[in-house]
Amino acid sequence: MGQAISVSTENAHDDGHHHHKETFVTKYIFSQDHKMIAKQYLITGLIMGAIGIAMSILFRIQLAYPEQPNALFSLFLGERWAEGGVMNPNMYLALVTLHGTIMVFFVLTAGLSGTFSNFLIPLQIGARDMASGFLNMVSYWLFFLSSVIMIASLFVETGPAAAGWTIYPPLSALEEAMPGSGAGMTLWLVSMAIFIASSLLGSLNYVVTVINMRTKGMSMTRLPLTIWAFFVTAIIGVVSFPVLLSAALLLIMDRSFGTSFFLSDIYIKGEVLAHQGGSPVLFEHLFWFLGHPEVYIVLLPALGITSEVIATNSRKPIFGYRAMVASILAIAFLSTIVWGHHMFVSGMNPFLGSVFTFTTLLIAIPSAVKAFNYITTLWKGNLQMNPAMLFSIGLVSTFITGGLTGIILGDSTLDINVHDTYFVVAHFHLVMGISALYGLFAGVYHWFPKMFNRMMDKNLGYAHFWLTAIGAYGVFFPMHFIGMAGLPRRYYTNTNFPYFDDLADTNKLITWFAIFTALAQLFFVYNFVKSIFYGKKAPANPWKSNTLEWTTGDKHIHGNWDGPIPHVYRWAYDYSKVNENGEYVIPGQDYAPQHIPLQDGEEEMNH
Amino acid sequence: MTAFLIILIAALIAVSAWQISKIVSLGKASSGSNGAEAQIANDEDNKRNGQFMLYFGIGIYIMMIACFIAYDDFFLPDAASEHGTEYDSLLFTSTIIIMIVQVLTQGLLHYFSYKYHGKKGQKALFYADNDRLEFIWTAIPVVVLAGLILWGLFSWNDIMDANMDDDPIVVEVYAYQFGWKARYSGADNTLGDANVRFIEGANQLGVDPTDADGQDDVVTTELHLPVDRPVLFKFRSQDVLHSAYFPHFRAQMNVVPGMVTQFKFTPTVTSEEYKSTEFMTEKVSKINEIRRQRSKELEANGDVALDPYEFEYYLLCNKICGASHYNMQMKIVVEEKEDFDAWIAEQKTIGTTLANAEN
Repeated sequence: MGQAISVSTENAHDDGHHHHKETFVTKYIFSQDHKMIAKQYLITGLIMGAIGIAMSILFRIQLAYPEQPNALFSLFLGERWAEGGVMNPNMYLALVTLHGTIMVFFVLTAGLSGTFSNFLIPLQIGARDMASGFLNMVSYWLFFLSSVIMIASLFVETGPAAAGWTIYPPLSALEEAMPGSGAGMTLWLVSMAIFIASSLLGSLNYVVTVINMRTKGMSMTRLPLTIWAFFVTAIIGVVSFPVLLSAALLLIMDRSFGTSFFLSDIYIKGEVLAHQGGSPVLFEHLFWFLGHPEVYIVLLPALGITSEVIATNSRKPIFGYRAMVASILAIAFLSTIVWGHHMFVSGMNPFLGSVFTFTTLLIAIPSAVKAFNYITTLWKGNLQMNPAMLFSIGLVSTFITGGLTGIILGDSTLDINVHDTYFVVAHFHLVMGISALYGLFAGVYHWFPKMFNRMMDKNLGYAHFWLTAIGAYGVFFPMHFIGMAGLPRRYYTNTNFPYFDDLADTNKLITWFAIFTALAQLFFVYNFVKSIFYGKKAPANPWKSNTLEWTTGDKHIHGNWDGPIPHVYRWAYDYSKVNENGEYVIPGQDYAPQHIPLQDGEEEMNH
Repeated sequence: MTAFLIILIAALIAVSAWQISKIVSLGKASSGSNGAEAQIANDEDNKRNGQFMLYFGIGIYIMMIACFIAYDDFFLPDAASEHGTEYDSLLFTSTIIIMIVQVLTQGLLHYFSYKYHGKKGQKALFYADNDRLEFIWTAIPVVVLAGLILWGLFSWNDIMDANMDDDPIVVEVYAYQFGWKARYSGADNTLGDANVRFIEGANQLGVDPTDADGQDDVVTTELHLPVDRPVLFKFRSQDVLHSAYFPHFRAQMNVVPGMVTQFKFTPTVTSEEYKSTEFMTEKVSKINEIRRQRSKELEANGDVALDPYEFEYYLLCNKICGASHYNMQMKIVVEEKEDFDAWIAEQKTIGTTLANAEN
């Protein structure tokens, strides 16, 4: 045990870190310490998550009890957006739009990747901080600013952006088309432009840090899979986010300066507009060139976290480390050439549809490999059912369920009739929404002891997981079937089509499950807040994990290691490794942390 | 039904709450010590949660079976178009494959979670790699997906090939906030040129009044189609993106301002035939039962009762387009050629409409 925790001091080339005096402001607000920045990301992301989930509950109530007055609507939306307590259709669309935007970008991109990339990259590769602590701080504060602007847009007189999170023009470009495309959309675009700047600063920092600042011995093939996932995620972000920025800028010009990038031949409110020669399809290409990689920007960090958590808690090496890395790389590459599968029926040349079908179904292969490898990692393990482990297993389950329907949606032929129905909504919520949230929760439960030096309550964690797991399937599995009935998404109410009358009960069921699931998150909120202040003091390495972050000791200092940075002698997955005589390589403990040199007679496997 | 659902959910919540209180109390009893160790899963937790994983896996199976049974009539009825039959068999095959994989993988995942739950002294197997296994589960998806891709691509090419070879009638579907219009191309089967800049007075679709091809075009608010004849749809939007979705014909195409998009299909079942299929009569009577119940509640509150429902094909908007996106529909009637000819003959041509408007 002692050997596991103590840090090897031989060949110390780096003699500690000089402490500078920290004030409240430099420690908690404008901090350049990656650990503090990670916590800032996490807490901001969780608050945004609470807002995003609350929005979904509001519009789910409208879908279950269409056009009926509700006290919650009056309370949150006021008389202006819920006259007599009945939700206004424009507000319905606004809630749907902001729910999507907030959950995808602010919770699952910034809250998940921002938190754990920041927290884990320096700690797990053995660095004292990010390559640029200052840019890292700027990145967080830009994210904070964009969050504030996005929330502020809720209070604009004409309402927030309401053209769907994909903001396809002309709907998003013309105030005449819907009130939300006025000031609300302007704020949306400004907020997103700042968000993209934040994301780019963060991503560049992650890439540089992983490439340049690994400790001695930490070769790329010894990196934990978390780091591989964050590293590749950052690269996809750098490649694709600028394209969204250009789309947003062109849209701003179309809206405000009379250009015609996306607009042509429009007659609205009794007038022909001067715009000529633009194409909304161009916007769709630009949007989805980010939008699809974005799915993997959200998902890969969750998969990385899961890899780490499953291996640690199975007390087994992750199965097929190299295949996992190859899958991440393959997914990353393919993710940038599949965007057209969102546009099979957009009016683009059908030949493109064939190409995108091909690339899209290819991406199913590395995804399948990952799923199989997770299952094999569980096989013959010694599974420690900590809350993080439960969420990781839950992730594999929803990733499979949600991923499989992608085979239907990715096929251009089959997409024709399920495009933009609730089938799609069910698919992507399971595969990237719920899965990524499970990844986020797994990460929080697993690294909370490192973040706050305290333990979360496991029993509350179990309650949280099981209620969420039941609720999430209850919401999204039946949803496939109403999609199969041809029910379109983004409908304020389905009552104008009597054909859908028999789906109403299922919609109620889904709504009640959604409320149930949302309430279950209170277990997490309570546990999280309580544990920060009153949790039991955490041991140095509570999960008996191999990675470097558990070697820092319990002092929380800028610079991470009080003494020299540990060196690395092995990969991160020497769990339950035995010598030829069947004994663990380190007698009496079933794990061999990365900073422990190879033992006498131990072979480093060529993974 | 609603009451039943609420009771069901209440029961579910009660069961979960009970189970959870059990976990919590057991956790407290077994943990003994009050230190941080108590917050790390012990054998008791491993066993209990492993069992829950097994139950949860079984629960997923039950849920899937229940959904397929209870929601059997949610699936759209047999396609009413020629290519739709092919579509349906591809969908059916894909669903079968997906469900097989789903059942196998979820079973393994949850079973392993139960079977290998941690015990003190249990040694995990150090098993880091197996090239053959990985090859197998890379190769199987490759082969299966290759089959699906090829099948899909051949169908896709057939469906999207909007040529004029089989003498389709050309019909324009015109979208605006918030409604649809149809423009038939008339005796010459050629649509007149159109642009929003020509919209004026009675010329609501902006047909070029000087284009001779447009004079015999006919604008209608219902879409009538002759059975068994290919129809080449040309889609045009006046303002924002819309999507023309014909669920029963397995057809959909976005309607894009500034460009003309197209889709061709052949309706094969008349409205009358479709209405009288066993599936549809049952579905409609079920819907009408729901509407009767709902009407009773409405009348009790002094509101107007709902009309009984009779099935008609419909076209709906499936791309967010503004406040009334949820109510942007057009009735479609598929009928015998004679009926169609009689109907179209009754409609006014654009030439007549414009001439009348000028007088």
